Amino acid sequence: MKLTLVTGLTGLVLLATIVELLRRRQLREKYGMLWLGLLFVVIPLSLFPTLLDGVADLLGVASGVSLVLFLGIVFLLLVCIHLSWEVSALEEETRTLAEEVALLRAEVEADRAERAARQELVSRDG
Amino acid sequence: MVNGKRLLIIIPALNEAGSIADVVGEIRGELPGVDVLVVDDGSTDHTAAVAAAAGARVARLPYNLGVGGAMRLGYRYARDHDYDVAVQIDADGQHDPRYVPKLVDLLDDYDLVIGARFAGEGDYAVRGPRRWAMGMLSLVLSGLAGTTLTDTTSGFRAANRRMIEMFARWYPAEYLGDTVETLVHAARRGYRIQQVPVAMRRRMAGTPSHSPAKAMIYLGRALAVLTLALIRR
Repeated sequence: MKLTLVTGLTGLVLLATIVELLRRRQLREKYGMLWLGLLFVVIPLSLFPTLLDGVADLLGVASGVSLVLFLGIVFLLLVCIHLSWEVSALEEETRTLAEEVALLRAEVEADRAERAARQELVSRDG
Repeated sequence: MVNGKRLLIIIPALNEAGSIADVVGEIRGELPGVDVLVVDDGSTDHTAAVAAAAGARVARLPYNLGVGGAMRLGYRYARDHDYDVAVQIDADGQHDPRYVPKLVDLLDDYDLVIGARFAGEGDYAVRGPRRWAMGMLSLVLSGLAGTTLTDTTSGFRAANRRMIEMFARWYPAEYLGDTVETLVHAARRGYRIQQVPVAMRRRMAGTPSHSPAKAMIYLGRALAVLTLALIRR
C-alpha cells in the first residue's frame, strides 16, 4: 500500500508539473502532449502495478515491473535521440540565419559606403 | 576580371588580424580587378576592420560557424552578385595568389579545381598518421572523382558558376565537411573535379599543429567523416 502511495503521488506531481508548464506556455504543445500521453499510461500503472503482468507473461518477462523498467528506458532513449535531432535542426536554422545576417550587414555597409562617396562627390562639385 | 570572367576571392578568416592585410594586399596586387570577400567567422580581434582597410569587402558572421559556414556564406555572396568564378584562399598566407589564373583556366572544362600540394610542385611533406589519413582520403576520393586527387583537404580551390550554385545551397559546416564531404558530394553528382599542382608557403602568422596524438585523432575523424560522407545520400 505504501509503495502504491509513493508511485501514485509521483505520477500526480509529474502530471501537475506538465500541466502547469503548458499553462504558462513554457512547453511547446508537441512536447507537452508527449509527456501527458505518457502520464496517462504511468499513473494507472502506479496505482495498479500488476496491470502489466499479463503482457509481461506473454513476452516472457518475469514481472510487469521489469517490463515497465525496460519500456521506460527505451522510451527515454528515443526521446533523447529525438531531442538531438531537434537540436541539429535548430543549429542548421541558426546557421542559415547567421549567414543571412552577415550577408545583409555586408550589403548595408556597401550601400552606406557608396552613398557616402556619392555625397562627397556632390558636395565637391557644388 | 581574369580571362574575361568576373572573379570573387573568398577568404574565410578567424582571428587572422596579423596576416589578413598582407594576404588581401598581395591578392589585389597580383590580380588587379578581382573582388575580395573576407568572411570574418566571428573573430574576437580586429580581422574585419583590418581586412576592410586593406580594401576587401567584409561579411561578418555574428558568431563562429566554422569554415563550412563561412564558405557557404561566401558562395551565396558569389551567387547573389553573379560572379562567374569563386576562388577560396586561406587567410594565413600559405596560398600563393599567382596560381589563381592557372586554376581559373581549367574551369572551362571542370567545375571545381583544387590547388594541390604533393603534386610535384613545392616541398611540403607530412609523416605518420596524418600522412595515412591524407593517403586514404586521396585514394577514395580519386576513385570517386575519376581523377588523381593528391590533396583533398586543400583549402585552395576555384569553382565555376555551376559549382557556386550548388555550394550556395549546400555546404556542410562540420569538421572536414568543407573539404572532404563537399568533394564526395560533388563527385557523386557528376561535377567534374581536377587538381593543379601548387607550392604552399609557410604561414605568415600562427603555427601548424604537429603533435602525434593530434595526428591520430585527425586520422580517426577523417575516417569517420569519409565513411559518413560515403553512406549519406
